[in-house]
Formats: sequence, structure tokens, C-alpha cells
Amino acid sequence: MIQVIDLHKSFGKLEVLKGVNCRIAPREVVCVIGPSGSGKSTLLRCVNQLEQANKGQIFIDGEEITSPKTDINKIRQQVGMVFQLFNLFPHKTTLENITLAPVKIKGLSREEADQVANELLRKVGLTDKSNVYPSQLSGGQKQRVAIARALAMRPKVMLFDEPTSALDPEMVGEVLEVMKDLAHEGMTMMVVTHEMGFAREVGHRVLFMDEGIIMEEGTPAQIFDNPHNARTQSFLSKVI
Amino acid sequence: MSLESLLAINGLQVVIKNFPYLLEGAVLTLKITVLSVIFGMILGLIAGLFKLAKNRVLFFIATAYIDFFRGTPLFVQILLLYFGILPLIINTDNPFVAAVIACSLNCGAYTAEIVRAGIQAVDRGQMEAARSLGMNTRQAMTHVILPQAYKIVIPPLLNEFIAVLKDTSLVAVISAEELTMRGKLLYSTYFEAAWIWGTVAVIYFIMTKLLAILGDFIERRMATE
Ligand SMILES: Nc1ncnc2c1ncn2[C@@H]1O[C@H](COP(=O)(O)OP(=O)(O)OP(=O)(O)O)[C@@H](O)[C@H]1O
Ligand SMILES: [Mg+2]
Repeated sequence: MIQVIDLHKSFGKLEVLKGVNCRIAPREVVCVIGPSGSGKSTLLRCVNQLEQANKGQIFIDGEEITSPKTDINKIRQQVGMVFQLFNLFPHKTTLENITLAPVKIKGLSREEADQVANELLRKVGLTDKSNVYPSQLSGGQKQRVAIARALAMRPKVMLFDEPTSALDPEMVGEVLEVMKDLAHEGMTMMVVTHEMGFAREVGHRVLFMDEGIIMEEGTPAQIFDNPHNARTQSFLSKVI
Repeated sequence: MSLESLLAINGLQVVIKNFPYLLEGAVLTLKITVLSVIFGMILGLIAGLFKLAKNRVLFFIATAYIDFFRGTPLFVQILLLYFGILPLIINTDNPFVAAVIACSLNCGAYTAEIVRAGIQAVDRGQMEAARSLGMNTRQAMTHVILPQAYKIVIPPLLNEFIAVLKDTSLVAVISAEELTMRGKLLYSTYFEAAWIWGTVAVIYFIMTKLLAILGDFIERRMATE
């Protein structure tokens, strides 16, 4: 579903990605872990072209998105993204946050879009919040709306960049629960996270990133119980 | 002092008798202001967006325009347009037209900077969220960024409009008969400087104050929205 080949990305003189290779199969949930500054966010942002790589290729569903000929707006409609700080539209209600893109981009009618949005709100457990503005939602609720907003475009892949790290501890569970449901429905997911419990339970595969490359990858059991790389071992000993 | 002796003051008589004449000037001042603000907002929105565009040519045009009109005195711009440029291109010696064009161009340059700053004050994550949903830059601007920027730009824009109203007094130099020019004409007839210029100042003050009150009203309504 996603294939990343020899990806390099620098910000000025700072080389953040130094040749990343990975594949994500359809319906697979891949968790990306690693120390701060290792390039996890950058990798995710390259996958939906919020950052342009300097070198290397990314394919989504067989289409090379790093090629200048690709219509990136079309691709992004198939790749949902959930941000650490939610980035909900503060001037729109919950419902409008979710329906904006389907109406403006896909040309859905108001009624169709509302129907999709209400369905998604039921799914994330927020039917009673549809006419509320983001400022009136808790962090956990905001993030669930953000997930619903991304899902409303019916993406084939969902990218999550530390979706729970800006949340108060008591709200982490409700967001992870929604993500877990999504995984069980067979959504292809790439999740940058510090929630090792989630990675172990829901992830099919774990990528450990450090210094701009993928140092080690394997099943959650391999990575968490029997890491081979010394860096992986030292990182895990600090976070678990 | 009795009312009679008060009314015997020559300056007061001049001002009372010519008050309608000054008010006509104030109406022209308002006309120039309103038109300049309307054209200025359109110009400013375009130039402000160009200034943020990736396109080098648009960026250069916007920067040159903004820098020139912010970097030279309005007084000189009015003289240059009226005596130098307009006669060459539209063959007019109508001071009203020249006044509106000069004030619009000047207002547009300041508005452009306000617009640019307002757009940049919207959190970067908003643009990223919009783009990540598949919106192109134009869609993201219209549906996500500008509706948020507009609340940020309203207060500085209202200040700019008040500045425009005061700055229109400079067009007296090309004899557009707005409030200041009318004051000058009265003065050259009656020489009652304190009374005439005092009245002119009060009329300006009332107009700017009314604009400020309107601005407060709009801001308060937006805050409760
Ligand atoms: N737009 C940018 N301009 C300059 N440097 C950047 C930019 N974005 C990221 N960086 C730098 O790139 C490096 C990797 O950043 P990245 O956000 O990918 O790390 P991360 O693994 O997601 O870390 P964290 O766990 O803290 O989120 C960091 O040193 C960061 O300062
Ligand atoms: Mg990050």
C-alpha cells in the first residue's frame, strides 16, 4: 500500500532522513517509535507531501507520489492525516469540520455529507457534539473529531502523528479505542506513537527509527521482547 | 458674556454662516475616504495574497508596490499622480479622481501588509490540515485561512480607515474641495484662523470618533459571535 524507497530529507544543513526504506501492506497497522528528533514526523509528513523529500521515492497504491506529475491533491484525499495538535478548524462546528472537505472537494450534497458525518460521529462516540465549536470540546473529543474529519474523505490509508501525546492522561484511552476499532475494521494505518501498549496490542509491525533511518523493524513481540539492536534496547529501557 | 456679545464675535459669525459650506467639504472628504477604502481593500487583499505567493513575479510586483507606497510620503504621491502621471495616461485634471486614485493606492499598500500579517497569524497547522484533506491552496485559503484571518485583521483595518480619513486632507494640495481645502478657501477670505481651523478640526474629530465607535461596535459583535 505504501512503499518508501531510499528517502532523504534535509532542512538546510540538517539531514533528518538519511535513506528510509519501508513497506506497508494493505490492512496493516505499522507503529513508528523512536527518540525525539529521529525523523518520525518528517517521514510521515513526506508520505502525504507536507514535506518534499530531497531524494528517494514514495509509492501509494502503486502510484509514485514523489513524481512532479502526480496530482498531490488527489493523493491526499486518499491519505488521511491526524495531527498531534488536532488542527480542527476553530470557526466551524464539529459537523462542519467533518463535512467541509467532502462538500468542497468531492462535491457531496449537504445532506449526503451530513449523513456521512453523523455516521462517523456515532463511530467516534460524539453524536451529541455535532453543533459544538472546537473550543468547547475536550482534547480527547477534539482528536476524535479530527479522526472523523479525516475518515470523511474515505481514505485508503490513515497517518497518525503522536495523536495522544498532547492529551491529558485520562483522555488517551478514548482516542486509542477509536484507533483500535479502525484497525480492526482493516484500515491501513501508520502510527507514530509513544504508546507502547498500543503498539504492542494493535500494531502488526513496529519500526524503530533513530538518526534518520529505520534501525530495526519487526513484530511487536520481536521488538519489545527481543530487540537486537543496541539502540533499540537502550531506547526501550528508557520508555518502558 | 451675553449671547448678543457672543454673536457679535466676527469669527463665530463667519463659521456659522459658512458651516454648510464646510459640511459640503466634509461630505467630499467622506466620499474620497469611502471610495479609497473600498478600492484599497480590494488592492490590499490582492497584494497581500501576492506577497505570500510562491510565484516570484507576483511576489516581486506586490513587494515593489507595497514598498513604494509605504516608503514615500502620500503628499508626494498625490503630487506625482496629479501633475506627473495621470495627465499622461488618462488625460484628466479632475482633482477628485486623482485624490481617490492616490488615496486608494496608498491605502492598498498598508492594507496589504495588514492582510499578510493576518494570514500569517493563522496557525500553520490550519493550512496543513486543509491540505492534508486534499484541498488545493485556493480552497484552503477561502474556506479555512481567510475566514480566520478576517477576524484578526478587522481592528488594524479600522485604524487604517481612520488614518485614510485624516490623510485625505493632503489632497487639498491639488485643490480637491474637501474639508481642508474649504477651510483654506474660507481662511483666505476671512482670515479668522483660530475659528475656521478650529471648526475644521472639530468636524474631522467628530468623523474619526464616529468611525472609532462603529469599529468598537463591530469588534464587540465579532467577539460575541
Ligand atoms: N520545518 C523544519 N525546519 C527545520 N528543521 C526541522 C523542521 N521540521 C523538523 N525539523 C528538525 O528535524 C528533526 C527531526 O524532526 P521530526 O519532527 O521528524 O522528529 P520526530 O522524530 O518526530 O521527533 P518528536 O518525537 O519530538 O516528534 C528535528 O531535529 C527537527 O528539529
Ligand atoms: Mg514528531
